[in-house]
Amino acid sequence: MSNIPETGRTPRVTVRLVAIQILVFSLLLTLGGRLWYLQIRNGDEYTEKAANNHVQQVVHPAVRGSILDARGVPLADNETRLVVSASRTALMKEPDDGEAVLTRLAGVLRMKPKDVKDKVRLCDAETPQPCWNGSPYQPIPITDEASAKQALQIREREEDFPGISAEPTAVRRYAAPAGSNAAQVLGYLSPVTDEQIKKAEHTKSPLLRSDQVGSNGLESEYDSKLRGKAGVTRYEVDNLGRVIGQRESQQARPGDNVVTSLDARVQSVAEKELDQAMKDARKQYDRNTGTKYKADSGSVVVMEAKTGRVVAMASNPAYDPNAWVGGISGKDYKKLTGKDSNYPLLNRAIQGQAAPGSIFKVIPTTAAVNAGYGFDGPYACSSSFNIGGQVFKNFESESHGGISLGRALEVSCDTVFYRLAYEQWKKDGGNKPKKHPGDWFYKTAHQFGLAKKTGIDLPNEVSGRVPDRQWKKDFWKANKDAWCKNGKKDGNYTQRLSYENCLEGMKMRAGDSVNYSIGQGDTLVTPIQMATIYGAISNGGTLYDPTVGKAIISPDGKHIQEIKPKSHGKLPMKGDTHERIDKALAGVATRGTAAWRFQGWPQDKIPMHAKTGTAEVYGKQTTSWFATYTKDYSVVMTISQGGTGSGASGPAVRKIYNALYGVDGKGKINEKKALLPKPQTDLPKISSDGSIEAQPVGKPFALLGETRRRGGAQQ
Amino acid sequence: MSASTHGYSVPRFTPERGTWRKLMARDSLLRRLDWVLLLTCLALSAIGTVLVYSATRNRTELNQGDPYYFLVRHALNTGIGLLLAIGTVWLGHRTLRGAVPVLYGLSVILVLAVLTPLGSTINGAHAWIVIGAGFSLQPGEFAKITIILGMAMLLAARVDAGDRLSPDHRTVVQALGLAALPIAIVMLMPDLGSVMVMAVIVLAVLLSSGASNRWVAGLITTAVIGALLIWQLHVLDQYQIDRFAAFANPALDPAGVGYNTNQARIAIGSGGLTGKGLFHGTQTTGQFVPEQQTDFVFTVAGEELGFLGAGLIIVLLGVVLWRACRIARGTTELYGTVVAAGIIAWFAFQSFENIGMTLGIMPVAGLPLPFVSYGGSSMFAVWIGIGLLQSIKVQRPVSA
Repeated sequence: MSNIPETGRTPRVTVRLVAIQILVFSLLLTLGGRLWYLQIRNGDEYTEKAANNHVQQVVHPAVRGSILDARGVPLADNETRLVVSASRTALMKEPDDGEAVLTRLAGVLRMKPKDVKDKVRLCDAETPQPCWNGSPYQPIPITDEASAKQALQIREREEDFPGISAEPTAVRRYAAPAGSNAAQVLGYLSPVTDEQIKKAEHTKSPLLRSDQVGSNGLESEYDSKLRGKAGVTRYEVDNLGRVIGQRESQQARPGDNVVTSLDARVQSVAEKELDQAMKDARKQYDRNTGTKYKADSGSVVVMEAKTGRVVAMASNPAYDPNAWVGGISGKDYKKLTGKDSNYPLLNRAIQGQAAPGSIFKVIPTTAAVNAGYGFDGPYACSSSFNIGGQVFKNFESESHGGISLGRALEVSCDTVFYRLAYEQWKKDGGNKPKKHPGDWFYKTAHQFGLAKKTGIDLPNEVSGRVPDRQWKKDFWKANKDAWCKNGKKDGNYTQRLSYENCLEGMKMRAGDSVNYSIGQGDTLVTPIQMATIYGAISNGGTLYDPTVGKAIISPDGKHIQEIKPKSHGKLPMKGDTHERIDKALAGVATRGTAAWRFQGWPQDKIPMHAKTGTAEVYGKQTTSWFATYTKDYSVVMTISQGGTGSGASGPAVRKIYNALYGVDGKGKINEKKALLPKPQTDLPKISSDGSIEAQPVGKPFALLGETRRRGGAQQ
Repeated sequence: MSASTHGYSVPRFTPERGTWRKLMARDSLLRRLDWVLLLTCLALSAIGTVLVYSATRNRTELNQGDPYYFLVRHALNTGIGLLLAIGTVWLGHRTLRGAVPVLYGLSVILVLAVLTPLGSTINGAHAWIVIGAGFSLQPGEFAKITIILGMAMLLAARVDAGDRLSPDHRTVVQALGLAALPIAIVMLMPDLGSVMVMAVIVLAVLLSSGASNRWVAGLITTAVIGALLIWQLHVLDQYQIDRFAAFANPALDPAGVGYNTNQARIAIGSGGLTGKGLFHGTQTTGQFVPEQQTDFVFTVAGEELGFLGAGLIIVLLGVVLWRACRIARGTTELYGTVVAAGIIAWFAFQSFENIGMTLGIMPVAGLPLPFVSYGGSSMFAVWIGIGLLQSIKVQRPVSA
């Protein structure tokens, strides 16, 4: 500033100019600092926000893996249907937001224009169903039942149908090979819930809003394997959601196939025989109630005795799992879950629990031996047993004199077990129990795996109940308030019972122990538990975790993950107890309570063992139980309100064995007709392309016209 | 014939010098210009051209199908602005001093015209006169200059004449009255952003004029009370209150009022150190930030050029203000000092408010970023400001 003369300003102005300058530069510094804070310090956070802002994903769902039977026959697979879907992004580009397009489309599909429009609107708090719950960038399916002609009409006039596509898409199909149903074992698919999305958020297979997930059965149990991984295409969009570019994409990976130990043919036989048995039971007259048997529900389990693998599992009433495909209608849903539905969704083989009746008696027999009683006895099988004025009768009040425990099993003599249980109860202190009672009968039941889930690979199994001292205490605590309130000393039966329970419901009474010893009273078991126990008796004492899944096979067939049999314990049978019980159960089939049902059975070639059970249920008709085994299989059937064990379930179980071993009415074995004389040990053959070869299942399956399926098929 | 063509040395005392020599002479106008200031402003305008292009090249609804529409116009505006600056320097701020009453009257009339049916509303502010053929004028921008010139003329008159050391109370009152008229009109539009800038200008002008501390303190108090009264008496329109509410809490309504600030911050924050690359900003390409070629142009720099690019803009603005401060301190007469201080306050506060709102530390107000934002009126006004600064620098005497 050499040539600028000295200023004539006052010092005040100079100072103020400096102040202004300082202020100005502090403002600029503030901006710089804030810029650093946003871009450098918090840059990553904003980068993520920017990415979420402008990238939208379109998901290509993975083709769901198949569920196959032990011989490769598909029980649940996919079929190709023509799915017509609409792209909202494209429709919104139309001047009328796609109104006209959707109306035209409704015409082609012969649907109401309103229905079509409702399907493509987005769900929010105020929009009732039907509406689209998925991403607005996802093609929204309008129908999965388009005909080839309709699809052609849409495709040929692309200019009339912008944003509408008609593509062949894989849709779940429950093929029902050999006429089998297996609905409750297979489960079904249903739209994903918010809860499920949240739960799967950080797992290997996160869920998308438009996903279908396995609900119930194998579809649910093996959902993460079957589902595969959806492919994703990422689009860049602008502030109005218009696509302005494409980002990296991921191909969909189809789900794994699950091979089960089920045999579609045996399953079919089991279902039909169960159904027939129930129909027959309904024709029988019940002397106790004076009406015909209701036979309202039933189930049967066919299990490999040496592995615990389930060959067939039927639950009645059943339903058609295809009802769920493509979304279940309100009417159908009510039919399946409503009050009057009798709950066909329940898998009664693992979710139905009832008192076991006399099929329970293998447990008190073992308990008695373990408590120190000799197997041979003799034990008095009187027609009734009296405790302090209370009379416990033998079934049909028969008397057999002094017999062994084995014979007591054969003829199902209740009084033998009454007496033993009463003695034990007294030994444990009776009404004033010892500090550490032996409780042999209860302990043994726990050792047999009762009151505990078997661990089968199906969801929502129930555990049953052993009414031991602990349970009595817990139950009393939970109910005493209600009992004490409703109980009346001189009231009706229920009121008197409540009164009594209020006073001493926490106590193990003599009557409780005696009732329990023959599988009555508060005891509850599931068919799968009993099949596991009788399978264990067959195989020498190993309790296997029942399994339905046998192997998980990758879509290319290269990775096979076998599901090996696992044991959860051994039967507590010492010395020759097992052998003698085994012999006694064979006796049941040859000269005992089940003998009349196994007349002409080739016992020398295929030794049959059985135990019948008829459980009484307060206020209802008796539950029919029939537990059987050979060296290969255990078969347990139960029919609620169905009558006696051998009476109601006997013929059906015999026919299942006939089918398995190829035994005809005269007891001749025709191996060619045998469905499964030996359990299927090998996995089905896998072709080089990853497809799993299905073996023919006979006539009903031939109707479907498909003998092979491609395991690794990508659509 | 120029002597240089003959290869002879130039006679030192030639009375008539060739034009070229005249320009290149040591004491020439060109040599006395602040070239750093000029080149910095040109650089800012050039960066602005690129950013405006990046923000508008895909916006067919705005650029009439021509991706270069805004680029060409921004460059054109810069050119016109440069010519206006040259004109201002040519005339000289002292010459303009005489014309100040006329210019002031003209600007008040123009500002008033906005309130008549001639004016139109853009983005909630009734601050525009649409001339037609795609041209519109924002008289408020020019009123900023005439306020500076008018106040400086009044405040410096007796000091520069040597009568007084600092302006007396009467002069201060007159000067404040002169500023109050256009400010009041702009407030009626209402263009709150411009009112804030004008208030800051008035404060800086008063400070630099050497007016007594009481006046400065009084003015600050008045401004605070005024702001409170405006708030309480609901003088503000809903859109203005919403903007302030969104500033206080951007999460309030991310889809509505807070949208601008949120998206602006995401754009800038996601730029990181080096940015996403010119024309590769996802927020910019996706048009997530509204008004991105004008008020929110800084977000383009933040996103596509990153901390380095956006920081450069702040540094360049710093250079402009540094040179302006040098000019303010270097001039002998109070008139020049006050004018320079007014321009400094104008540029500094407008830049701070504009960038500050994109960074979320200032409320949203429709103010352009000097040189960088698209917009003719603003561009012309800031270049006239540069012309005035240059004129003060070169100290041209009043032309006959």
